[in-house]
Amino acid sequence: MIEILGYAFFRHALAAGVLISVACGIIGAYVVVKKIALISGGISHSAFGGIGLGYLFGFDPILGALGVSLASALGIGVASRRGGEHEDTLIATMWAVGMALGILFVSLAPGYTPDLFSYLFGNILFIPASDLLLMLALDLVIVGAVYLFYNELLAVTFDEEFASIMNIPVQRISLLLLCLTALTVVMLIKAVGVILVIALLTLPAAIGRQHSTRLPRIMGIAIILGVVFTFAGMWISYLLDVPSGASIVLISAACYGASTLCTRRRHHRTGSPSR
Amino acid sequence: MTGPIIRLEDVWFSFDGTPVLEEVSLDIYEHDFLGIIGPNGGGKTTLLKLILGLLAPDRGDVRIMGKPPQHHRTAIGYVPQYRTFDFGYPISVIEVVLMGRLGHIHRPFRKYRPEDRRIAEECLAMMDIGDLADRQVDRLSGGQQQKVILARALATEPRVLLLDEPTNQVDVQTEVHFFEILRQLHETMAIVLVTHDIGAVSVYVDRIACLNRRLFTHDSGEITEQMLAETYQCPVDLIAHGVPHRVLREHEREEGA
Repeated sequence: MIEILGYAFFRHALAAGVLISVACGIIGAYVVVKKIALISGGISHSAFGGIGLGYLFGFDPILGALGVSLASALGIGVASRRGGEHEDTLIATMWAVGMALGILFVSLAPGYTPDLFSYLFGNILFIPASDLLLMLALDLVIVGAVYLFYNELLAVTFDEEFASIMNIPVQRISLLLLCLTALTVVMLIKAVGVILVIALLTLPAAIGRQHSTRLPRIMGIAIILGVVFTFAGMWISYLLDVPSGASIVLISAACYGASTLCTRRRHHRTGSPSR
Repeated sequence: MTGPIIRLEDVWFSFDGTPVLEEVSLDIYEHDFLGIIGPNGGGKTTLLKLILGLLAPDRGDVRIMGKPPQHHRTAIGYVPQYRTFDFGYPISVIEVVLMGRLGHIHRPFRKYRPEDRRIAEECLAMMDIGDLADRQVDRLSGGQQQKVILARALATEPRVLLLDEPTNQVDVQTEVHFFEILRQLHETMAIVLVTHDIGAVSVYVDRIACLNRRLFTHDSGEITEQMLAETYQCPVDLIAHGVPHRVLREHEREEGA
């Protein structure tokens, strides 16, 4: 284990693990309490359309993912507020159309499409230094925005109606949250890929939710668990030579299952309600 | 200020083409304790949402202190119908009550000041739940949760308190206590109580309005058979849930027979 620390790629991977865990711990807490995991899934899959665009026009696919995921976050936010179409139908459409466009663009892209597979399933063991800088920048944006808008986010995610009466710009704050989710998704794509993003976004926070009743503490627990899961996943990936994204997700899911069993049993023993 | 705090003038509202409110006019003054009764689906909650500017009328005008609702709705303490939001949210009692201060903070990012915390704590103390400040809202009884929501409304330092079925799911003892609190609050603010619990209304309010798509106002707190018949247009024991036989003397006789 120690000798691989000598490799730059592994130090990069560890740094990436910490950076993405910060974002997915904080935003994941909102995703879990506000129950917008499905929207996050829609955003991440639609981001594949942006990745395809990058391949087609020869710019960095992650920038394409950034643009398209922000656009779909705004789109779903505005459309669901207007009512009309059922929200879940909209999300499913966005989900599938994003993937379809991505596949189409990639097939149209000239020549060889390097590391397409890593955008789909992630590869945290192959993260260049430039991406670490992008992740750090996104982390700063996310932490800064949540710190500044904490009271407003809390009010809007807890009780939209009362927040409106308090003249808080509910629509703008909801869109802010969806955009921050989109930024987090983009960071996670590098680690676990478009398809597995929802797992890392929700599972650490869901475990945190089971063990705490305070939002900041749930965020803290989720950040720590995110680091533990990504490190453990990388280690297993290195030892057994299996894909890192899949290992990270499976470890997270196993821990979530174990945590659920523990909480159930604890509630059963103390007789407190298991809500 | 001598005019009404809240004024509705010829307000019409429909939802998906179905009329919900027609020709509703209502003035609420500083010292009112107004009870609004009516059957479920009669438009009671809609009326409150129009007052709060959460819905816009198809026709007519809603004013709070002479301005459109958005200007002064932060001066209205709203107690929504029980459990219209998720009490499982990871949030403490004091955090919920502090939200009542958000309408008075106009600085960017709306961070709370010590003053806001002091007011929130006072409101909790007024509701007799000062010791629960750091408790998670999920870990409270139904009556305590209802007090938290009332404390949040009071933290807005309201001129009018709007309550939507506030005692719907609390036990009788809590209900009595709750109405005693309202009676005390009435010394400093107007109160509008929406309910289908006719028995409770008749004891505490001093003006009553019956709402079933149209609004009929009456200047006394007494409920007459005729008012109920006008409003409900069907036998009262079908709709006055929970306390069917407290209202009409005729029914009591039937019961004894």
